[in-house]
Amino acid sequence: MRPALLVLPLAAFILVTFVAPLAVMLGRSLYDPLVADALPETLRLLRQWDGERTPSEPVFETMAGELLKARRERTLGRIATRVNRVQAGLRSALLKSVRKLRSAPRPDSWREAMIAVDPKWAEARTWHAIRRAGERFTLRHYLHALDLDQAPGGGIIRQPPDLRIYLPLLQRTLAVSLGITLLCLLLGYPIAYLIANAPPRRANLLLLLVLVPFWTSLLVRTTSWIVLLQTQGVINDLLAAVGLIAEDQRISMIYNMTGTVVAMTHVLLPFMVLPLYSVMRTIPPLYMSAAASLGANFLQAFRRVYWPQTLPGVAAGSLLVFILAIGYFITPALVGGQSGQLISNMVAYHMQQSLNWGLAAALGGVLLGGVFLLYLVFNRLVGVDRMRLG
Amino acid sequence: MAEHGTGPLMDSSPKVHVEFEGVSKSYDGRTMVVRDLDLVVYEGEFLTLLGPSGSGKTTCLMMLAGFQVPTSGAIRIGGRAVDDLPPRKRDIGVVFQNYALFPHMTVGENLSFPLEVRGMDPQEIRKRVGGSLELVRLEGLEGRRPGELSGGQQQRVAIARALVFEPALVLMDEPLGALDRRLREEMQYEVRRIQRKLGVTVVYVTHDQQEAMAMSDRVAVFQRGRIEQVAPPEALYEEPEREFVARFIGDNNLLHGRVIGVEGDLCRVETGGQIVTAFRVVPCQVGDLVSVAIRPERVAVSPKPGLYGNELDARIDDIAFLGDHLRLRMTVCDSPDFIAKIPNIVGHGGVLEGDRVRVGWTLTDARALEPDESGEGFP
Repeated sequence: MRPALLVLPLAAFILVTFVAPLAVMLGRSLYDPLVADALPETLRLLRQWDGERTPSEPVFETMAGELLKARRERTLGRIATRVNRVQAGLRSALLKSVRKLRSAPRPDSWREAMIAVDPKWAEARTWHAIRRAGERFTLRHYLHALDLDQAPGGGIIRQPPDLRIYLPLLQRTLAVSLGITLLCLLLGYPIAYLIANAPPRRANLLLLLVLVPFWTSLLVRTTSWIVLLQTQGVINDLLAAVGLIAEDQRISMIYNMTGTVVAMTHVLLPFMVLPLYSVMRTIPPLYMSAAASLGANFLQAFRRVYWPQTLPGVAAGSLLVFILAIGYFITPALVGGQSGQLISNMVAYHMQQSLNWGLAAALGGVLLGGVFLLYLVFNRLVGVDRMRLG
Repeated sequence: MAEHGTGPLMDSSPKVHVEFEGVSKSYDGRTMVVRDLDLVVYEGEFLTLLGPSGSGKTTCLMMLAGFQVPTSGAIRIGGRAVDDLPPRKRDIGVVFQNYALFPHMTVGENLSFPLEVRGMDPQEIRKRVGGSLELVRLEGLEGRRPGELSGGQQQRVAIARALVFEPALVLMDEPLGALDRRLREEMQYEVRRIQRKLGVTVVYVTHDQQEAMAMSDRVAVFQRGRIEQVAPPEALYEEPEREFVARFIGDNNLLHGRVIGVEGDLCRVETGGQIVTAFRVVPCQVGDLVSVAIRPERVAVSPKPGLYGNELDARIDDIAFLGDHLRLRMTVCDSPDFIAKIPNIVGHGGVLEGDRVRVGWTLTDARALEPDESGEGFP
């Protein structure tokens, strides 16, 4: 019992800095009380609405009252943004209406007055949107994150192809992560083999070469890639100088997907090399000698004897690189340009630019769920207890 | 090195299987691990390379298997020089020190491996795997992994794997080193039984002289990269040619002295003020330094005067009772730690610690040998 108390500070730290923010953030993807708190009476009245015709006068009157109250409490802007996310165009309709109604004398009919300001108020879908924006617990962020939408009738439909953003991006992220994992494996396997089978002094030196970039600031490394890869960069200069490419045909290797893949492979390579090395170090070279004495050529010996024994390292390294790659943010942000962005960059965009935290959280939730799913599949196929992480 | 004696299998003009000719090996280009080595292994023979660690015996085995390349000299297998032949083409079965069974494969897969890489028909493979498991008495264990087997079982699998593709030559590198004593003795018998049954040539490496004696047709004794003597076990024990062999095989008493007279096969050696007459193994001359070796069990204490060719004065320093024999530690000719083993037939025989007694042995039980290079122990 007492030794367990020693980790209490760590547990508290993790709770405050990791678990709690994560829970709060994931909570935002499902719980959105802003509109529900601001328009409680309107939403209550809308519950009795038939869903087809324009709502009756009391609904308009109540909403006008609550909107004017929200304006006084300076939450109107945020409410308008929320509603606008459910249906584009409602932000201006809302703000315009409130502005007009506030300056005008109290009308005989709020209904007529508001429809006069913006005919959208006569449409049923407008009120469906308000009703949905008012859901306290909602799945609309997740639907949005998966390029789905709720049909007015209640069913779930796919967004039209030209509006699908997140699923293709998620697909691209998966494909790129898989590609980077494969590249890391291809590049890292021989390095790990070399280190594991070198005499101790040289092995330490080689290991250092793998680790030094690991210790260098990510920003510095990424910037170095910019210096190397940009159109006026070292590689293009070199290729142009020796005449391999014409001056006007310089290759764009950065600010696109190529840049993202190159830089991320470089950044993530140590995560592949280290687990591989730790596994390979435990495989005596004797096995390869034994295989040779039994009549196997190098390929047979490698495929049948060496490779299967390194699988726990391959699995660990691949899982590590893949999971890191799938959530990678800084490198694609710096060198990815338009076409090299990954799902995390979209999360960041919604966190920092569009301030749609609910959607950002839902995207994060989708990513987390996806990784968890992959992990389960992986565990079923390989067995995590067989992995050697380092 | 003269071939000394012939084993049981060498009576009808044996055929040479493996030949080392002037083989030297150096890993760093300065120190020689194996020095100018000549050795012949006959077909069907069980030859053991015996020596302390670092004496070059394993290096010889690895050169024969093809994992190491001789710095100079030639190795021939069946009359063909094998310098350019990679290990996989030598068709030699190797049993490694720690077995080197592939841990991720079952016993059956381990045994199939050499047959599969040879592209053998699956049905034939099954037959052969079954046959070789039967040979090492491990029927029914195909499905186990090496980690689930005992040390002795792993050893048997390793032997079966080295034999399953029917090589004519099998190399074993201290294969029993990791086993406990009882299992080791059982496996010695097993290895010997299998070798006799199949008639394969075995080159076996060990540092355990009892193991070498128990199993081999001939033993090559290694020291510092050279072969000191190659002979059947009996000959090594009874007729060692060099001091190192005399000391390494069994117990031996060594008296160091100078030759003062030579008469035919015999020589007279002056040591510690007394004269010992010994069998002249090396063609020594008067004035040469020699080591005289006498086996402890050939030493008689207080013998009837005139019965033995050698009779000397001795002082008993210590008596140990070891059940079937007594072990007397004596000082003879100023040499301490001279051991005599007295069979426990007549009890103590009346001797006590501190007694001054006469000790004796026959002329041929004393062997005058060329001393070790180091020359330690000489006045």
